[in-house]
Amino acid sequence: MYKIEKSHLSELLAAIAAKEDLFVPQKTGSQTNYGLWTQETQADLSTLKTVKSGKDCFFPQSEVLYRCRKEEGKLVIDPEELKNQPFVVFGMRACDVQGLKVLDNVFLKDPVDSFYAARREHGTVVALACHQPEETCFCKVFGIDAANPAADVAAWIVGEELYWKPLTQKGENLTELVRELLVETEEEAVEKEKQEIHAVIERLPYSHLDLSRFTPERTMELFDSPLWEEMYQPCLACGTCTFVCPTCQCYDIKDFHTGEGVERYRCWDSCMYSDFTMMAHGNMRTSQMQRFRQRFMHKLVYYPANNEGMFSCVGCGRCVSKCPASLNIVKVIKKLGGEAQ
Amino acid sequence: MSECTCGGNHGLDLLIPLIGVITDIRTETPDVKTFRVVGRDGKKLFEHMPGQCAMVSVPGVGEAMFSITSSPTNKEFQEFSIKRCGSLTDYLHGMSVGEEITVRGPYGNAFPVETALKGQNLLFIAGGIGLAPLRSVINYVLDNRENYGTVEILYGSRSADDLVQLEEIQQVWCKTEGVDVYLTIDREQEGWDGHVGFVPSYLKELEFSTDKTVLVCGPPIMIKFVLAALMEMGFQKTQVYTTLELRMKCGIGKCGRCNIGSKYVCKDGPVFRCDEIDELPPEY
Repeated sequence: MYKIEKSHLSELLAAIAAKEDLFVPQKTGSQTNYGLWTQETQADLSTLKTVKSGKDCFFPQSEVLYRCRKEEGKLVIDPEELKNQPFVVFGMRACDVQGLKVLDNVFLKDPVDSFYAARREHGTVVALACHQPEETCFCKVFGIDAANPAADVAAWIVGEELYWKPLTQKGENLTELVRELLVETEEEAVEKEKQEIHAVIERLPYSHLDLSRFTPERTMELFDSPLWEEMYQPCLACGTCTFVCPTCQCYDIKDFHTGEGVERYRCWDSCMYSDFTMMAHGNMRTSQMQRFRQRFMHKLVYYPANNEGMFSCVGCGRCVSKCPASLNIVKVIKKLGGEAQ
Repeated sequence: MSECTCGGNHGLDLLIPLIGVITDIRTETPDVKTFRVVGRDGKKLFEHMPGQCAMVSVPGVGEAMFSITSSPTNKEFQEFSIKRCGSLTDYLHGMSVGEEITVRGPYGNAFPVETALKGQNLLFIAGGIGLAPLRSVINYVLDNRENYGTVEILYGSRSADDLVQLEEIQQVWCKTEGVDVYLTIDREQEGWDGHVGFVPSYLKELEFSTDKTVLVCGPPIMIKFVLAALMEMGFQKTQVYTTLELRMKCGIGKCGRCNIGSKYVCKDGPVFRCDEIDELPPEY
């Protein structure tokens, strides 16, 4: 375990950025999101939850797959190069790191998504323990430990120090890069911090949700529940929940006309939108109830059925705080899980 | 970035397509054309199995999944029978021989021609453009005739003008020994002396014995009534295969839009045995 004084944090970030692209949470207006670090950047490590999770460092909201043009009537396809330079994402939280593992199960499974795989291969994640988990947090429910983020490097801010512990080879390599700024230290302060975090988590209102009813064997029973009809009513179909979600993976593939040809790009999409499943001959999900049900059935039943029980929710609580209609997965878990409201 | 002139996708990613050249276009019906496609080198783009699909695209217009209607036993090209019903298909229908499109695939599972269907008597039931995926299986079976039992084909469409692949049906299938073809159209039409009536009712009239494996493809409403008729006739759901169709973008089970329960039609389908469909939420 190493440490560095918080006041020297900008030197640490500068040292990383001198060698590799560095993405840190930074405030624009009232919102904190990940962005490329430059000399002028003020890293915002005190905001617990960035508006969008760090997932777009690996699965960008929009990315070009290839460019296509016509030369003398013949098509020319230029595939976009895969990420080939190392980069660092600094400041992700344990829930968002688990979010990447949920995405890994989709994109790294055969057939591998090369664009995502290249970013995962070249990206190193430094994750921060959550000094003060918030009321909307429920990562514990999914077996995630906010005090011990499982990234390449785990970091803790305790008092005036940032503690630093490499957990993987990539983490060791990054540590080597900034080694002269770090001093070796005992784990005592961090152990105490972990205990305090755990104590807070125990007291959070959603830390003890019961997921036991969400099993693939109950697919039909849950699908057919009359409660969906009741629950979906306030849904505005805005898609905010899907865009702030660290595990939502659905994408669209579209064309952008550049004037000289076409850029075929993919971008995040949302199962909450009516045209998501629209085909030339019709739409198989014709009501918002069906779309609402699809989203939660996917997170709590379908995804686990395909991934050895792993849920496609990490309890970050973003949908809890961002839904304009106060709908969220916690309400669905409680209601369908049989808990009294 | 290297320029691609070979038509290859450099093995970079499955989302990067191959370039296909249209070498033949047959007008099947007022709204269906069959496109023959090869690579720029004049060879078949890839190998596939009957029932598999491919993503066909015109850059700048769109990309969509189509079943490959030619049989894998055809070593020279792939064919797609495409009904004009949306923006991409409308554009495709305006294209000419020699023009280029992009193709990626093959995607999805296939009819189990080398396993469960082997040695079986086969009954094919198709409606309209639903013949497209079944044609691949039928020709595969006819080219490997010794591996299968009797072959019966029941095919219907709105009118005589809407029967796809009529020339092949009349010149090849009808003339092949051990193959029985039953055609029907929805309404009476001048010049048509064949059967008139919907596919499900004709199916019941024909009183097929149940010693067969059935492959069904057509509009959802036809499939629904054909299934009911088959059950009435004493067939088991485990004897019946069909294909499902949903909106797709990636074709490899990742873009998240063609799922029915935990299954992705693009990857786990499009071919399903009917008892498997029963285990999925009714969302198709």
